[in-house]
Amino acid sequence: MGTILEVKNLKKYFSTPKGELHAVDDISFKIEEGKTLGVVGESGCGKSTLGRTILHLLESTSGRIIFDGEDITKVNKKKLREIRENMQMIFQDPFASLNPRMSVRETIMEPLVIQGKLSKTEIEAETEKLMETVGLARRLADSYPHELDGGRRQRIGIARALALNPKFILCDEPVSALDVSIQAQILNLMLDLQEERKLTYIFVTHDLSVVKYISDEIMVMYLGQMVEKASSDELFRNPLHPYTKALLSAIPVPDVHAKKERILLKGEITSPINPKPGCRFAARCLYATKRCASTQNVAEISEGHFVACHAAVENKKKEEVKEL
Amino acid sequence: MENATLIKVNDLVVEYAADKKTVQAVNGVYFELRKGETLGLVGETGAGKTTIAKAILGILPDPPAKVRKGEIEFDGQDLLKLSGKKMSHIKGNEISMIFQDPMTALNPIMTVGKQISETIRLHNKMSKAEAGVEAVKMLELVGIPGERYNEYPHQFSGGMKQRVVIAMALACKPKLLLADEPTTALDVTIQAQVLDMMNNLKQELGTSVLLITHDLGVVAEMCDRVAIVYAGEIVEIGTAEDVFDRTAHPYTKGLFQSLPALESTEKRLKPIKGMMPDPTELKPGCKFYDRCPYASEECKAEGMRARDLGNGHLVLCKKTEEVM
Repeated sequence: MGTILEVKNLKKYFSTPKGELHAVDDISFKIEEGKTLGVVGESGCGKSTLGRTILHLLESTSGRIIFDGEDITKVNKKKLREIRENMQMIFQDPFASLNPRMSVRETIMEPLVIQGKLSKTEIEAETEKLMETVGLARRLADSYPHELDGGRRQRIGIARALALNPKFILCDEPVSALDVSIQAQILNLMLDLQEERKLTYIFVTHDLSVVKYISDEIMVMYLGQMVEKASSDELFRNPLHPYTKALLSAIPVPDVHAKKERILLKGEITSPINPKPGCRFAARCLYATKRCASTQNVAEISEGHFVACHAAVENKKKEEVKEL
Repeated sequence: MENATLIKVNDLVVEYAADKKTVQAVNGVYFELRKGETLGLVGETGAGKTTIAKAILGILPDPPAKVRKGEIEFDGQDLLKLSGKKMSHIKGNEISMIFQDPMTALNPIMTVGKQISETIRLHNKMSKAEAGVEAVKMLELVGIPGERYNEYPHQFSGGMKQRVVIAMALACKPKLLLADEPTTALDVTIQAQVLDMMNNLKQELGTSVLLITHDLGVVAEMCDRVAIVYAGEIVEIGTAEDVFDRTAHPYTKGLFQSLPALESTEKRLKPIKGMMPDPTELKPGCKFYDRCPYASEECKAEGMRARDLGNGHLVLCKKTEEVM
């Protein structure tokens, strides 16, 4: 399996009356086909913007997005449309992302109609198949979104994303609006689909237990930057960045005996508008020193484990010296 | 720890009138909350959690809501029988409520300090200046510098706004705080700060808390006792330890199994099959019948009775022995 998506030095700035808002700032990563990359971070860290920029729904400020060997920031509109068949999206709020005046059937078949490759009967057969795939009963075909509950609405969103048989799906908080019992149904469905169709996912979420469960690799974002990236197990076993540590320690665990040492952060996310150079987390960081005012680039500390922190890199060096 | 009962809800039945149907939102709920205790009310969307809290505070919109039956004994008087005038003395003074979304609970065109001091003056004979001093104290108590007294809600972040709301709710030192998903809209690191603060405040002021949430992690952290709500009934109630470690109801068990556990290596979750029953068409007998893996004919029979498993651990299920 090769790399299906590679992002190089991707930046997305928005100009605001107060200055440049650095929503996505110099992010690079690769995803292998059939794998899931989880993107976590708090509100305002730029995780949704990252997703939308990768799909080229938002024009990037600079950087390259190579999907299936093609740089999608450089292709023309017609070509982009072809590529998009392979890049789909599932949204957080299935109610806001579904047209209230279109029935389930119409919503799911719409991508196929627009694509214009199949005949009417073929499209109808395909729509039925899709409904079955995502577990929507056939009797619901003529229902409208408002008649359905959140779980079923999200199934419509998934069926629509699958309609063109894509290779890659960007999932932006797909289960955040759902109750846990329904959330579990949808997560299982997404994993089954991934196995069957060798789908590649980017899974954007703020829910760390969900991301651990579904991802092969996890990227942690803070104020537009990637602060740490590692395989899912490695990140939870051996978090290196102080922000990742605080984030993991803040998860409430459903166990009455869990006595956790919680790292309570001071303060809140600072403004992403015209950020100062240096570590953006330094203001809240318990380990911050003077050197944090200078930029720390992302360093690969062990195979596949990337971190952007002076202290983490230094500790690693000390360890290596000890081992020698 | 004091053991005196602060509030006792007895056989509460609340219905909403919808077009031609009746929504049976709360169906014979009973529980007790002791002084200084935190009781978690856990359940999925539409289970009736918020309706219970609103009924206690007497703020159900009537119509469409109607309290059909029951008593809510608070400090020796039945809240449901109190006159509007007496109730408004209790509201915000002895019982106050915080809501999920802090923005909608604050007046956008009034400074936060003024909003807090107004609450204080409404219930206490105080001059404006005295109430102002008190409001500054409250702000500092929840970790907001007093200098921010003259700022407007939009100048605060989500976590800070929720602190303002909490300061306002606690300003009159209520005996009971109804907290409806107080941290659901917040990021995990901010949630950790707010929960930590609520725990400290509770100890300082001795307030009893009814904490409504769908997050079992938050419950494990905050609650002395837990009530699990399903389709308008409390299906299980007991100490947090009993409910978490000696789970007696199949629905509670299903909830735990639906959660992606951080330490688990399982590849698939075990969701509860199906969905909550339509609250306009509830059947007699066990409401969880259709989704329950343990169900048999006898569960359909009318007149479900809670069983006492000792230590105040009550369960509404005929199959408890098989579940445990």
